[in-house]
Amino acid sequence: MAEIMYWEALQRAHDEEMARDPLVICMGEDIGVAGGTYKATKGLYEKYGPLRVMDTPISEGGYTGLGIGASFLGIRPIIEIMSVNFAWLAMDQMFNSAAKVRYMSGGQLTSPSVFRAAGGAAHQLGAQHSARMEKVFMGIAGLRVVTPSNPKQAYGLLKSAVRSDDPVFINEHELMYNMKGEVPDEEYFHPLEGSEISRSGNDVTLFGYNISVHWCLKAAEILDKQYGISAEVVDLYSLSPLDRAGIKKSVCKTHRAIIAEEDEAPVGVGSEVIAIINEECFFELDAAPVRVHSALVPQPYNHKLEKAAIPDHEDVISAVLKMLGK
Amino acid sequence: MKLEDKKRVLREMVLHRRFEERCYQAYIERKIGGFLHLYPGQEACCNGVMEAARPGHDYVITGYRDHIHAIKCGSDPKAVMAELYGKETGSSKGRGGSMHIFDVAHRFMGGYALVGGPFPLAAGIAKGIQMKGGDEISICFLGDAANNQGVFHETLNMAALWKLPVLFVCENNQYGIGTSIDRSTAVLDQFKRVCGYGIESAQCDGQDIDVVYEHARKAVDYVRSRKGPYFLELMTYRYRGHSMSDSRGYRTREEEEQWKQRDPINILRDRLIDAGALTMDDYNAMEKDTDAYIENEVIKFAEESPEPDVADLEKYVFA
Ligand SMILES: Cc1ncc(C[n+]2csc(CCOP(=O)(O)OP(=O)(O)O)c2C)c(N)n1
Ligand SMILES: [Mg+2]
Repeated sequence: MAEIMYWEALQRAHDEEMARDPLVICMGEDIGVAGGTYKATKGLYEKYGPLRVMDTPISEGGYTGLGIGASFLGIRPIIEIMSVNFAWLAMDQMFNSAAKVRYMSGGQLTSPSVFRAAGGAAHQLGAQHSARMEKVFMGIAGLRVVTPSNPKQAYGLLKSAVRSDDPVFINEHELMYNMKGEVPDEEYFHPLEGSEISRSGNDVTLFGYNISVHWCLKAAEILDKQYGISAEVVDLYSLSPLDRAGIKKSVCKTHRAIIAEEDEAPVGVGSEVIAIINEECFFELDAAPVRVHSALVPQPYNHKLEKAAIPDHEDVISAVLKMLGK
Repeated sequence: MKLEDKKRVLREMVLHRRFEERCYQAYIERKIGGFLHLYPGQEACCNGVMEAARPGHDYVITGYRDHIHAIKCGSDPKAVMAELYGKETGSSKGRGGSMHIFDVAHRFMGGYALVGGPFPLAAGIAKGIQMKGGDEISICFLGDAANNQGVFHETLNMAALWKLPVLFVCENNQYGIGTSIDRSTAVLDQFKRVCGYGIESAQCDGQDIDVVYEHARKAVDYVRSRKGPYFLELMTYRYRGHSMSDSRGYRTREEEEQWKQRDPINILRDRLIDAGALTMDDYNAMEKDTDAYIENEVIKFAEESPEPDVADLEKYVFA
């Protein structure tokens, strides 16, 4: 197993899928000649040419729809949205066309399309470039939503997404493209559904996804070393569908749940997970579940305000200590 | 433009250039964060158009490359720099940052980060002017690549249909980040793209302020006299990368040098020197004074201003 960066893992998945299937194409702004804002398509333009690696105009609604249209004929487009904030412009096509076409055609048509976007809040990018939009995507029937927290998932989820006959939205993170991690040398397909136990524990479950998995892991380590608290970390890499069985299993083991999300609280992963806990295993709980989340404000530019708006591992630790009465 | 005005504008353009170069330095020193898009090379566009219009009276809206448009409308460079420093004294109280300079008192209606977003807002502002019966016009400055957003076409149609007093200024610097216009756009002449909507348009050199001014005067008069919208395309070039992380691998140093031969500030300076209205010494003093002003007043103000209070995180979310 080699240690590679998150962007390299994405690049490898693109490359392997394009080499295997001539109907796999990729599209997006500055992905070709420039190699991609986060290098996820580096070298592919040179290798596969402009018909398959398409530098698009700044027309998110247009090229997303165009890619979806091509997918109706069995083309498998991997559509990169430079920043998830720009996905607002493409959502009509993603939601109204890709996500619904199988159902409203009674199964005649399907859109095997993949949408990738750099999500999350990076540093001081301000209100219009820092949106966390998982909450919007995960509520759409017919659209799968995954969000890789490490290079292995980035590689394996993209591979599986390309092979899937459903449209898949992959929510990446601006701050994670240079993160290193082990990726199998052989071909690997990560399941699009389910969840993963990133760290096993007994006293409390910390649910995270994408970047918040790392807050949870760091918090778990500190809780163990400094407080003797054993926290389990569950990685919800699939946001739609959420892994009901996995959530239930961990809560039945620890009897306490904290959900860490970079998104704002109202309407989101946290509220969904709590609803699932209520539905699946309410009487297993020893404490009311708690969300650690961002403040409901347009992201401020000033660095102190920004830090105050977004949680981190310290907020997770505080929530655990409070829950356990320490 | 009168000679005196030209001299004043030269001084302003020098400020605009040095201000942006100073931002570059402050970014390297990590005083400024986030995305930073700079204006050097394009100064004659904003200046030429706004000299023909009425800064502070006419409404202006633009994208993320917005510092100079705000200053030209009347914003205090100190408040703009303080915004870039994220300070409470900044034009948007440190909440907006470089891409979101706002100065409503000077009718600078803001910088917006999503490409194409300002098109319909500009038309809407023109609708507001129309309803209220004033003599202002709405001016929208955006780039060439923005014209590939669907909303550009939707807006043009509505602006023409309802004869809205809006002037679209396309600063065609021939790139959208790393993609050259010929790789993103089927028709290179942007002014031709609006003809299908029945909108008056023109294209001209965006490096020579006299040329920009002459064309802008016609455009502004046309819109102000309520004949309908107008689209003015200015051929220009940005010297620096798109934003700070851009190493400009998509274009040659020769191409950049060629454009620098037609530097908007040098063109105006040399013309004033030829006319006997300015000496090289005057010009050098102008640069020196400007640098001193930026350092001693603008930067000092930004450095010394307080940061927003964290307790005010939720201020300005709702009315
Ligand atoms: C909707 C949207 N898509 C993509 C981007 C990323 N982006 C920022 S600026 C830019 C290029 C715009 O080029 P142009 O309109 O020519 O303006 P210039 O930067 O050259 O002044 C792109 C693609 C964005 N900010 N918003
Ligand atoms: Mg441009």
